[in-house]
Amino acid sequence: MTFLNYLISGISLGSVYAIIALGYTMVYGIAKMLNFAHGDVIMVGSYICFYAVTSFELPPLVGVIISVILCTVLGIVIERLAYKPLRQAPSLAVLITAIGVSYFLQNAALLLWSSNIKMFPSFFKFADENGELQSGVTLAGGQLNISYVTIVTIVSCIIIMVALTWFTGKTKMGKAMRAVSEDKGAAQLMGINVNATISLTFAIGSGLAAVAGVLLCSAYPTLVPTTGSMPGIKAFTAAVFGGIGSIPGALLGGLLLGVIQIFTQAYISQQLADAVVFAVLIIVLLGKPAGLLGKQIREKV
Amino acid sequence: MKKLNHVSRRNFLTYALVLLAYAVLQFLSVQGSLSYSLTGMLVPICVYVVMAISLNLTVGVLGELSLGHAGFMSVGAFMGTAAAMLLENAIPSDPLRLAVSMVIGAAFAALAGVIIGIPVLRLNGDYLAIVTLAFGEIIKTIFNNLYLAVDSNGLHVSLLGNIQGLDTDAREIIGGPMGIGSISRISSFTAGIILVLLTLMVVFNLVNSRAGRAIMAIRDNSIAAESVGINITKYKMMAFVTSAALAGAAGTLFAMNYSTITANKFDFNTSILVLVFVVLGGLGNMQGSIIAAAALTILPEALREFADYRMLVYAIVLILVMLVTNNPTIRMFLDQVRVRLIGRKKKEDFNDAV
Repeated sequence: MTFLNYLISGISLGSVYAIIALGYTMVYGIAKMLNFAHGDVIMVGSYICFYAVTSFELPPLVGVIISVILCTVLGIVIERLAYKPLRQAPSLAVLITAIGVSYFLQNAALLLWSSNIKMFPSFFKFADENGELQSGVTLAGGQLNISYVTIVTIVSCIIIMVALTWFTGKTKMGKAMRAVSEDKGAAQLMGINVNATISLTFAIGSGLAAVAGVLLCSAYPTLVPTTGSMPGIKAFTAAVFGGIGSIPGALLGGLLLGVIQIFTQAYISQQLADAVVFAVLIIVLLGKPAGLLGKQIREKV
Repeated sequence: MKKLNHVSRRNFLTYALVLLAYAVLQFLSVQGSLSYSLTGMLVPICVYVVMAISLNLTVGVLGELSLGHAGFMSVGAFMGTAAAMLLENAIPSDPLRLAVSMVIGAAFAALAGVIIGIPVLRLNGDYLAIVTLAFGEIIKTIFNNLYLAVDSNGLHVSLLGNIQGLDTDAREIIGGPMGIGSISRISSFTAGIILVLLTLMVVFNLVNSRAGRAIMAIRDNSIAAESVGINITKYKMMAFVTSAALAGAAGTLFAMNYSTITANKFDFNTSILVLVFVVLGGLGNMQGSIIAAAALTILPEALREFADYRMLVYAIVLILVMLVTNNPTIRMFLDQVRVRLIGRKKKEDFNDAV
């Protein structure tokens, strides 16, 4: 039963990684850039939700929606100001700019919200049959504890995945996104507005980052200006793990990474968990250099 | 022949620049007109200059993005400092002990470079970058959990948890997350400048040799390079391991400048910091790396009057510099301004290996 408990918390953590990894993978697929500022958008999203709920005493759902909207706007603004002028620049220049944006967001958060740890409130408490507020359900005679946060996280991840798959597969804008990621020049010739499509990708990625931030902070409630960095790096790893640029790859990579991390913490060592996660990534990349579900592109002479 | 002369003139200019900076700073510090905080930064500046030059060898000359350069620095810092502590009685002279421990630090970092290079250099582009990032994190985690102690029975090493069954005269050297404590601070500015000059000599000689030309050929077109018989793995390894060894020596120097050192000092952010120096200084341009590393190490200190806003200003400066140097519209505008002011166009940068 403890095994099942660990598995469930691994899947839950993995779902958060998967949602963050989507932001990385979509932006990479379309703009071919590593957006290192993505992790910090998560942090901003969490802070916005935190203040909406604690200072303005709005209901949690409204807080989440405000956070998603503001993060979407933030993503579009970042793309317009920092990345759009560098469309033709070498990828390293764009990478350094992304790092600059990441520093900017972290330090702006430090000035605005100070470095004091904020305890993120737990939203997911529901009344049981006795009318008492519970943070989770207990199954199998008390052996299996599943918190509501876990359930909400996994369900959100599934909904987001299904919605995104539908969006990129069936809608006109989604098809435009796939076309741009395949060949920017050809897409433009077919009348697709490439700049608008890239902005849309950043908007979706940043909106998802806000959701991920709220879910992450609901499970691990300490909120500081650097909250986003490590999950950002892990999710980036997850995106590469599954094959960067691929949406199902982000899901698979995120879930595997979450489960491996929790199992290592539980059965091998708490301290070495990060090392094991990264070691698995290296082994996978050596066997499949483009990630688990990545496209193998053969270089032509 | 003319080109060769140009290259060597440029290299000698770089050496002269470093020596001039040394002379001026040494003169100022003897006079006592250097501020306390700037005096404390002289060794770190040298360290970051060496880090930037060595990373430039991987990123600029070899053309592979590395996001884990701080990992090699970490290996050098821990192994070099541990060696210095063990050799305390064997080598009483401080400068000699520093030199020996820097060599040991560089050797261990080179070994790490070989171990990491074998799998990493099979990959390309962004995948290579993410694997170097992963290795950097793994090295950090390992040093965070590594324990090393010495007693009359010799060395004891253990991963996780303290070492059992030590003699009473045992001395702990590496203490897991506590890192290394009570380091005798034997680093000096002079040692730093010597390391910078040595690094420049190694890198310039490598770049301007047959091997260096092979490395740059791989960067420019690996398939073409392979087809003319260049052993890609060998030359990639050569550049990568040299870069790692230099970073290791810099790490030793860095650690010996402080009384305690922990693994968390060499994290992803440090790797990124050095990468920023390299990109701002110009890929393949060693002079640029030196200037960028020195200027950007001092910049947060110089921005002290902005107090809380200094890192924010730093971030904005970083973004603006990237936009100004890379956006075609802004570049064209600046060129026009230059034409109007000076009345001539800037000579196209030649020879800069980009």
